[in-house]
Amino acid sequence: MVSARRRIKEQRRAREFQAFTAGAGGRLLHVATLLTGDPGEAERLVVAALSRTYADWFRMRGEDPYAHARQELTAGYAHRAWRYRRPCGGRLDRLPPRERLVLVLRMYEGLADEQAAAQLGLPTERLRTLCQRAVAAMRSRDPGSRDRSDRDASRAPGGRGPGGSR
Amino acid sequence: MSGEAVDRLPGGKEGEVHAMLDAAYPVVPPDLAARAMARGSRRLRRRRLARTALVLLLLAAVVAAAVWAIAVWPSPPPLNVPPPPGGW
Repeated sequence: MVSARRRIKEQRRAREFQAFTAGAGGRLLHVATLLTGDPGEAERLVVAALSRTYADWFRMRGEDPYAHARQELTAGYAHRAWRYRRPCGGRLDRLPPRERLVLVLRMYEGLADEQAAAQLGLPTERLRTLCQRAVAAMRSRDPGSRDRSDRDASRAPGGRGPGGSR
Repeated sequence: MSGEAVDRLPGGKEGEVHAMLDAAYPVVPPDLAARAMARGSRRLRRRRLARTALVLLLLAAVVAAAVWAIAVWPSPPPLNVPPPPGGW
């Protein structure tokens, strides 16, 4: 009796989760690839985050599963951020891990400053500073906009300011 | 909120960064969901096991407390108390 009900519940969980992953897997993987710069590592992070989302599927009351998965993904990344401090390829190469997180949440995921700050546990002002610094750093090393960034060099200095290596 | 709208303008200072971030979507491996589900199931099983163990532990604690309380309960005083001497 109980086991039959549980089986039905687990089937529903699997069905809904598969539908969710089919839609959101690519985007999560892209986020993870931006963060880690390494496809294998990104896949590992995404699988870990998704497994938590799967286990919590009936626990998040009304919460967006994508927001849950993204939260788990960023938490997993931040938890082992020391691993990614070395430049390891990818488009956000050489940005420190926290600036990558800020840039991805703010620019790619389109979260508002306040939401991104809450998710990363930073004050909003600090997040804005990090975001500006990351954008400036990205623009200064993007070969496509080299001419413009040279012109803007005085306004948007590349690299990290003091305290950026924390 | 108006700042957000400005950020989204294509070609703006941050539009360039947007374009950089959006390019080249990775290929999703077909077994991604299956792997996540396998790991998630393990996590669920562990969670259920831990909950069962906790419930059993609490149950054992309650039973032990009851047994102990019965063992050390003082026997009630005899009911047939003799009338005080002297009397009427």
